[in-house]
Amino acid sequence: MHPFVELDRVRLAYGGGTLAVDGLSLSVAAGEFAAVVGPSGCGKSTLMKLVTGLMPPTSGGVIVDGHEVAGPLKIAGMAFQNPTLLPWRTTLGNLMLPLEIVQPHRARLRRERAAYDAQARALLASVGLAGFEGRFPWQLSGGMQQRASLCRALIHEPKLLMLDEPFGALDAFTREELWAVLQTVWMERRFTTILVTHDLREAVYLADTVFVMSSRPGRVVSRYEIDLPRPRTLETTFTPEFGRLVHALRDEISRVRQTAAEGTA
Amino acid sequence: MMTRRRLETVMPWAVVVGLFVLWELVCVALAVPDFVLPRPSVVFVAVVDYAGPLWQHASHTLFTTLVGFALAVAAGVLLGLAVGSSTLVYHGLYPVLIGFNAIPKVAIVPVLVVWFGIGTVPAILTAFLISFFPIAVNVATGLATLEPELEDVLRSLGASKRDILIKVGLPRSLPYFFASLKVAVTLAFVGSVIAETVASNEGIGYLMLQASSRFQIPLVFAGLLVIAAMGVVLYFAFAAVERRTTGWATRRTEFAGGG
Repeated sequence: MHPFVELDRVRLAYGGGTLAVDGLSLSVAAGEFAAVVGPSGCGKSTLMKLVTGLMPPTSGGVIVDGHEVAGPLKIAGMAFQNPTLLPWRTTLGNLMLPLEIVQPHRARLRRERAAYDAQARALLASVGLAGFEGRFPWQLSGGMQQRASLCRALIHEPKLLMLDEPFGALDAFTREELWAVLQTVWMERRFTTILVTHDLREAVYLADTVFVMSSRPGRVVSRYEIDLPRPRTLETTFTPEFGRLVHALRDEISRVRQTAAEGTA
Repeated sequence: MMTRRRLETVMPWAVVVGLFVLWELVCVALAVPDFVLPRPSVVFVAVVDYAGPLWQHASHTLFTTLVGFALAVAAGVLLGLAVGSSTLVYHGLYPVLIGFNAIPKVAIVPVLVVWFGIGTVPAILTAFLISFFPIAVNVATGLATLEPELEDVLRSLGASKRDILIKVGLPRSLPYFFASLKVAVTLAFVGSVIAETVASNEGIGYLMLQASSRFQIPLVFAGLLVIAAMGVVLYFAFAAVERRTTGWATRRTEFAGGG
C-alpha cells in the first residue's frame, strides 16, 4: 500500500548537539493506525513534531501525503495528554477553533454556521458528549475533556491524526472506555493515525502496527503487525493472543532499555 | 452557611468601624493632641467643614489619576503585547523595564516640572509612569505562559502568529490584564498625589501640603481619608469589571470554596 507518512533515516540534533533521534525510519500507510512505543526519553514526542512539521529534521526526509514536509502541516489534528481546551469557550466553542483557522472552513464558517454547528454536535455525540455542548471545560471531568480534545483534533476532518499519550492522565477505566471511543471514530473515518504511548495494552488494542523505538537517540528497532480482528473490545484484551503480543512488546522494551544501560555504563 | 456569608459581607465594615473606634479610644486615653494625631471624630468634622475644597481638589486628583491611568493602560498593553509575543523584544526590553521600575517616581517629578512646569501635566505623567509597569508585565505574562501543546495544535493547523495571538493569546491574557488594572489604578493614585505634593497648585496632595504647613492636621487626615476612600472605590470598580469579563478564570476557585 502507498505510504502516507514516511520517515527516511531522519536525524534530529537539538541546539546543544544532543541527538534526539538518529536513523529513524518508518512508514505508515494511508488509513493505517500506527502506535509508537518505547522507553521514556526515546524521542517519541520528537517524532510527533517531525511528522507535523513543527520541527525540521537535521538530516533525512519526512514525507507526508506525497510531499516533503517543510513547515507546519496544516492537515493534521493533534491531541496531547493535557487536553488544552480554552477555558473561556464552551465545549462547542472549543470545537470551532480549528474551523476558525483551517481553510476552506475558515472562509465558510460565518455563512454556514448552522451546518458546522450540526457537524460539531454530531461529532460530540459520537464520543458520548451529547448534551455537554454548552458546558465549559472546567465543568467537565478529565475523561470528558479528553473526549472534547479528541473531537477538536478531528472536527476539520484531518487526513492525519497525531496523538501524544492522549489518555496518559486518565484512570484505567476511563482510559479503556476511550480506547473503544477512538476505535469507533477511526473505523468510521479511517484517518491515518500515529499514536505515541507508554501503554503497551493501549498500543495493541488500538493499532494495526506497533513500532518499538530504542533509547535516545531514538530509532525504530522493530515493527509488530497486530492482526487481531476489529472491533476489538475489552474481551479482546483478555485473549491469549492479546497477552502474547503485549508480552512480546514488553520483552522488546526491556531489551532496549538494557542495551541503553550497557551503552552508558 | 447563610450566617457565615452574611458575616463575610459585614466583616469589612465592622473592621473599619472597629479601627476608627480603637483609634478614637487610644487618642482619648493617651490624651494625644489633635495637631499630632487627630481623633477620627475630629477628622470627620474636618471632612464636613472642608467638604467644598476637599471635593474640588479630590475631583482634580481623580481627573489626573484617570488620565494618567488611561495612558498607562494604552502604553502598558502595547508594551506587554510586544514583550510577550516576541522573545527578542523580551530580552531587549526586560532589563530596561526592571531598571526603570526601580527608580522612585518621586525623583522624576522635579524633572517633569522642569519640562512641563508646575501643574497638572507632571501629575498625569507621574501617575502614568508609576502604573504602566504592572499592566505591561501582566499582559506579557499572560501571553508568554501559553501552553506549548496548544501552540503546537494551532500551528499544525496552519495558524499564523496573528491567529494564535487573537484566538488564544489575547483572551488568555485578559484575566492577567484585569488583575493588573486594580493594582495599577491604586498606583496611579499614589503617583498623582506624590506629584501634587511636590509640584502642583491643585489636587488633594496640594491641599494636604497646604493644610500641614498651616498646622491644620485634621484637614491633612481628612485628605488622607478621602484618598483612601477613592482608592477603595476605584479598586472595587475594576475588580467588578474583572469578575464580569473574565469570570471563567476565577470560577474554579469559587467552586473550591476560595481555596
